[in-house]
Formats: sequence, C-alpha cells, structure tokens
Amino acid sequence: MSETTFSKEELERYSRHLIIPEFNIEGQRKLKEAKVLIVGTGGLGAPLLLYLTAAGVGNIGIVDFDVVDDSNLQRQVLFTVDDVGKPKVEVAKKRLQALNPHINFTTYNTRLTSENALDIIKDYDLVADGTDNFPTRYLVNDACVLSNKPNVYASIFRFEGQVSVFNYTDQEGITGPNYRDLFPTPPPPGLVPSCAEGGVIGVLPGIIGSLQANEVLKVITGVGEPLSGRLFLFDALSFETRVLKLHKSQDSSSITELIDYEQFCGIGEETGEKYKVKEVTVKDLEQLQIKGEDFQLIDVREPYEYEIANMGGELIPLGYIEEEVNKIPSDKQVVIHCRSGVRSAQAIERLEKKYGFTNLYNLKGGILAWADEVDTSLAKY
Amino acid sequence: MAKLIIPTPLRKFTENQSALESNGSTVIEAMQDLANEYPNLKKHIFDDHGKIRNFIRIYLGNDDIQSLQNENTPVADDSVISIIPAIAGGTNN
Repeated sequence: MSETTFSKEELERYSRHLIIPEFNIEGQRKLKEAKVLIVGTGGLGAPLLLYLTAAGVGNIGIVDFDVVDDSNLQRQVLFTVDDVGKPKVEVAKKRLQALNPHINFTTYNTRLTSENALDIIKDYDLVADGTDNFPTRYLVNDACVLSNKPNVYASIFRFEGQVSVFNYTDQEGITGPNYRDLFPTPPPPGLVPSCAEGGVIGVLPGIIGSLQANEVLKVITGVGEPLSGRLFLFDALSFETRVLKLHKSQDSSSITELIDYEQFCGIGEETGEKYKVKEVTVKDLEQLQIKGEDFQLIDVREPYEYEIANMGGELIPLGYIEEEVNKIPSDKQVVIHCRSGVRSAQAIERLEKKYGFTNLYNLKGGILAWADEVDTSLAKY
Repeated sequence: MAKLIIPTPLRKFTENQSALESNGSTVIEAMQDLANEYPNLKKHIFDDHGKIRNFIRIYLGNDDIQSLQNENTPVADDSVISIIPAIAGGTNN
C-alpha cells in the first residue's frame, strides 16, 4: 500500500499542523485521506467548508439544492453579492478550490432525499449535518446509522446552538448515541417556531460551525475526545455554555430503512383539507384598491415584521386577534394578510369559528406575493 | 427553589425570561409549577396525558432525567433544571 505523501507546497501550507506534536504529519495524512460529506452549504456549511478545506481534508462532498439568495449573505460567508442566483454548490466549489487547490471536491446540486441519501453517503467516511430543517436532520441521522458513519451534528436557532457527534464508534467498537436517542420524534409543525419566530444572529453559525469543523477534524484524526455521548449547548446572549451527557435510549436497530421524513415530521398534513378559508389574490386586492372599494386590510404579523415591509394594513398580531376583535368590521369585506398566508388563514379560522365572521378573505401568498406581483419596491424577508 | 433554564424557542411564553425559579420537590412538580405560572407553555412541555413530550429533554444538572429517576427525580434548592428543545435552524420558510 502506497503511503499518502505531500508536496513541498502542501508541507509548507500545513506546517502549523505538522509542528503540533500530537497532530503532526500522521494527523495531516489522515486528513488528506479522509472523505467528508457536508450536507447544506448555509450558515453552518460556510465555516465548515472553509475550515475543512483550509485544514486539508482531502476529499469533500457538498450537497445543496439551493441557489444563493440576498438573505443568505448576513451569515453565509462563503458567498458574495456576485453569487446571488447561482447554485450554492458551484459557487462554494469555486471559492474553496481557490482557497486550497490540493482538495478534491464533489458536488451534488440536489436535495438529499430518502432515495439518494444512502448512495451519496456510501462514498464518505463521515457526514457533517449543517441543514436547517427537521426532515433532513432525521434523514441524515438515519442514513448515517444505516451506513455506520459518524454524523457530526450542529444546529442553531436565534442565539442558541447545539453540537454533538452522533453514531460515533470508538476504538473499543462501541457506538454512541444518535439523534433519535436525543429526540426520538420531531416536534409537530404547530409546536416548532413558525415563520414569525425564525431567525438567527449572523455570527452564531460562524461560532457553532467552527466547533462542528473542529469535531470533524478530531473524529478523522483520532486526536482528542470527540463530542460523542455529549451535547454541547451555547447561548450567545448569556454566554453560557454547557455540556450535557447523552445516553442511548433506544436500540438503533429500530432504524431499518429510510422513510418519508416529511410525513414523519407531519409536514404537509396541516395544509390538507383541514379548514377552508375564502381567498383573494394579490391581483384581486390591487383591483379593490384601484376601484376604491370599501374594504379593510388587516395585517396579522408582528410589529418587527411590519417595520421591514408593510402594505398599510391595520396591524393586529395573530396573538392579539381575539383581544382586538372589536377592530374587525363585520359589515364589509376584510382582507387579512401575513407574510405568506399561513398565519392569516389561522386568524380567519379562529374568527369564523369563534365569532361567526363571514366577510373575511385570506390574501393568498401574503405580502411576499404582493412584493413579487404588485409592489416590487417592497423588501422580501 | 430550583432554577429552570428556558431555551430560546420557549421564551416567548415566559415573557422572554431565560431562567426562572420553580417550586416542587420532583422534576415533574417543578415543571407543573412552571406550566401553572405560564399556561401557554403547557402544551409545549406536556402532552394530552400530562407526560413530558418526547421532543424536549429535561436535564437535572448535566444529567438526562431518564438516566436518573425520570420525572420523579428529586429536586433540591440548588438544582438546575434545563429544558432542551429540538432546534433545526433559523429558516423562516
């Protein structure tokens, strides 16, 4: 077996690794031989990819289906203004190759699915999960369990981050907990933050993604103790960090195949035939305005959303809709809107069922559709 | 009184407070006390049968209560109880 060697340029590039006694050229060799798959090139993927590329991980796979959007640039430091609209994996590869030409990149400009996950993952030693939704998190976890690969996990929300190393098999052959040991089932859609409650402070993925990258390097090289069987928590507001113990709470053999993760997470069920509200399109609304019809526009978003962009509607946040029910007329047409149409539909359902309104119309697609089709000067968020 | 650490996604139900004090001699009593104080929090912590939901984890200090005496784990005055939620990312789609 031929041993991995380094060129003069590589030795010089990695010299700060090579002079760490417990890391040295052996650690660097393991990095060069390693095959790491990064799922998601968003906030977490950016520092992950930059640091793993800089550190000399020899083979890096990048999965993402998305294109670069203006709203990514607040935290996804891989991308620039010129990249907006381009496929993320292609932009990332170009940027990373410029950073380190000694790395082999493979890109997958696709969504990771139950159909392709095992086939993509099989070529890698390790997966780093930098995704942003529950279905893909369970998919990555289950695919790693089925493929016997470690899953270096990180997750962020607003000011809070989590890091762990799942499904890691130690030198004694004992495999640690996986994501399902921590959270056997996902929260139902109604109990996870809605579009009014998302957001992440831009630096946080930089902090958490860098810690995730560090765990990837540790797992590959065997240097230090990987964060297996432990969950790291970081609160950027209070600057409190904690490391909690994780246990295997279920037999991982219960994961036998990849399933429909959208269904598992209850996504799609809510938009079924649950309750129908009357709708108007943004074009209908524009006509109402042009014709000077007597109607009222109500905005059920939060005040901080109103500050970003508004259509001049009366602001009654969804949480106050019943308290402020007297402000809603019942004798003329009322159009209710939110960001994309989900919260306004909830408001109408509540008002119709509880107060018997029959004159309420949901603005289809919300202010986002209005910004797309009618007033393109409005900021989308 | 034990200290309860509230994670970011649940702070909107606790008037944005990140830590609270709670009465109760066991974890379940402390959680019920919290839910009584902040009723909107209840459905996020307890299921319809009054059991702690399985998409949040409760820790006493650095230990999962499942590795202790579960919901009946005794709580001392200086105990720190943490609610650990599943978070997936900051996406708003």
